[in-house]
Order: sequence, then structure tokens, then C-alpha cells
Amino acid sequence: MTNEANKAIDANSITIDGETVPFDAGQTIMDAALAVKIYIPHLCHYPGLTPAGNCRLCMVEANGKSVAACVTQAQSGQQVSSNTPELNAARLSITQMLFVEGNHICPSCEKSGNCRLQAMGYYLGMLEEHFHQFNPRREIDASHSTVLLDRDRCILCDLCVRASRDVDKKNVFAIAGRGIHARLIVNTASGKLGDSNIEAKDLAAKICPVGAILIRERSFDSPVAERIYDRQSISDTAMTEHVPRKEDDRG
Amino acid sequence: MAERKLKIATTSLAGCFGCHMSFLDIDEKLMLLNDRIEFNRSPLTDIKQCSPSDIGLIEGGVCNADNVRVLREFRANCTILIAVGACAITGGVPAMRNYFDLRECLEEVYLNGTGVTNPQIPSDTELPLLLDKVYPVQEVVKIDYFLPGCPPSADAFLQLLVPQLDGQKPQLAADQLHYD
Repeated sequence: MTNEANKAIDANSITIDGETVPFDAGQTIMDAALAVKIYIPHLCHYPGLTPAGNCRLCMVEANGKSVAACVTQAQSGQQVSSNTPELNAARLSITQMLFVEGNHICPSCEKSGNCRLQAMGYYLGMLEEHFHQFNPRREIDASHSTVLLDRDRCILCDLCVRASRDVDKKNVFAIAGRGIHARLIVNTASGKLGDSNIEAKDLAAKICPVGAILIRERSFDSPVAERIYDRQSISDTAMTEHVPRKEDDRG
Repeated sequence: MAERKLKIATTSLAGCFGCHMSFLDIDEKLMLLNDRIEFNRSPLTDIKQCSPSDIGLIEGGVCNADNVRVLREFRANCTILIAVGACAITGGVPAMRNYFDLRECLEEVYLNGTGVTNPQIPSDTELPLLLDKVYPVQEVVKIDYFLPGCPPSADAFLQLLVPQLDGQKPQLAADQLHYD
């Protein structure tokens, strides 16, 4: 860090990869970065929902210490490194682990082209999954008339849990178990989605970054080349994402 | 004197030949390649045994003992071995059987499936033994380059091969990177 760069840091700013970034009290490093359109890769963060720090893709070096940008408050004078070869290599490994841990067969997946895990692979230049495939056996829940739950593709980001609890106010989902035994469950006596009050219009039904929670009879709506990540990078779409605000709900 | 032509071998293991079809989709550029490459063992030549080659293209994952034998034959003979397409790289659609036991799959298809007559699980020394799972090729042999896609586009094949004609390392353009 040069003296000139140090001078550029005032009381309410940090630097991210050398760029001075202002922040408001209480904002996380992720909040501050997104506000000035700096992309820090993330899958389990979604502006408007309480951050959870699950996916670890947003790990940055803040004053030399590894922290998750989505859950770490910005502090005056913090020097953050994010877009470095080392951190991007770690992010690539995390993404590869997310792929092999589930059953992600893109050519047969309804979410392909609109999937944020896939888009993360593209962003990080993932050519192959490197680690041995887990081939887990997970339960598919097709008991609901309009919402399908295919746990094969769940990356345990927890976005549906937070969306259902905090926005939809229905508390339909939860993560049960720990470590490799962690799994997405449905909060009904039967454990089935069909017995829950989730609806296709709920945020929890729409926020899944992968093809784990799908709106039925809407698959393959967009032809290849016209899907989200055929046209844009995840680093672009991340700049416009936000939970619908109250005023949007009325419309 | 003309330059020595690059020798390319290709095979489809547990694949659908879609990657080979996409390779042929380079259309008139095949003529350009034709001056610089020649095919060794390949479905395009019907040569049955791979001999020393510069590049091997592997389509499809590894689902049976014969796939393992062919893949090892390619590795032993090809200076550069390239996994082509989603099935070679991840197991792909054939790997959807990995969620079930092999016996469950065989029983469903040959004993309990709809419309089955004379139910019996095939067993003949002529038939290659199925593996317990469908494996990506890099779980069996060392792979030098990967070309994702289902299938990779014709342009992606060119981006992979053309630099290698001049001994350069191939680099797939970001817009050619896709998994479906």
C-alpha cells in the first residue's frame, strides 16, 4: 500500500483491489462493493435477504485476513483484495466441489442457461469438475401441483429458507443435518411440499439459483441462446438483483 | 515438401456421437483441416486399433469394461488426449443411472419394464461388462485438455484444434464455454 493510496482512504471508505469504495455504517463489504458495481462472486447472497455466509464464494482478503464479504462489516481503512488469481482459484475449487457434491447434469436440467451455479462455472472458466463425483441419492418431491423440489441439484445456499421465512412469511423450508448430512427439508408433518402452503408466486419458489426448486410446466420456456446466461455474465446480473421491495408487491 | 500431417484419433465411448456430428459441422473448414490432419482410429475411418497419434479426442463417459480398454489404448498412443463434451467430462446423461444400483437398472430394463417379453438380464461373453457407475474419463486416465458442451460447437472444435496444428496451446473463448 502506497502513501498516496492511504491518503485516499477517508473515514467512511475501504479499498477493494485498490479502488476506493465508500460505505455507510452497518454495510458489509459485499453491500459496499455492489453499490459501486464491483462484483464479488457469490451464490448464497441475495440483496434484500439477510446474508448467511454459506457458499464461501465471496471470500476476500480484508487486511490480510480471509473473510466472507457478505457477512463482514466494512470498516474504515479496510484494504480488501477480491479479484486475485489466488482467490479466483479457490472460488473455482469451491464451485467444482458444489458440482460434484450434487447431481448436476446440465444437458438434462430445466434450469440450464438460467442457473447461477452454471453461470459461476462460466465466470470462473471451469472446464471440468476436477474432483470425484459423489453421485448422491437424494429424494425428489413432486407432491406439489405447481412447485417441484429436486434435491439432486440443491447446493444448500439457504436462499429459499430465508425467502420463505422472511419475505413470504411461510417458513416452508429448513436445512436439517450437519456437514455432509445437511439436506433441504420441508416444514410439514409429512415432509412433503404438497402439504405446505407454498405457491408458485412466492419468492421462495423463484429464488433458487439452481434447478432444485422449479415452477412446474414452465421448463424450457426460453430457447437456447435466449436464456439469461446465454446473453449475460453472472457478474452483470448480480448488479440488478434485489428482493422485490414493498412498493413492488402492491403492483 | 509438405508438412507432416497431424494424426488425430477419435472415439465415442458412452456418448451419442453428437460431439462427432458437431465436429463434422465445421463444414468447409474441414477442407482446411484436411490439408493439415489425418485420421487414425476413428468412427470416421473405421480403423479398429489406435496407433501412435498426436491428438486423441474422447467423446462419452466410461460405462463398461470395453470403454476402459479403449480409453487406455488412446492414452497409451496419443500425445495429447482431449475429453470432448459433457459426457466425457462429467459422465453426462448416461451418468443419470448412477443414482441407482446397477442391478436395479438392469432389472427395471430387462425384467420389470413395460412391454418386456422373455425377461432376462443379458449375459454373454461378447457383451462388455457394465461398470457400477458411469465415470468421467479423467477419473480413469490423465486428460490434457477439456472441451465442454453438449455438444461443443463446431467453432469450439476449431478453437481447440487449430492452435495445436502449430504446436500452440488451445484456449477456449469465454463465449464458447457452456455445459449444455
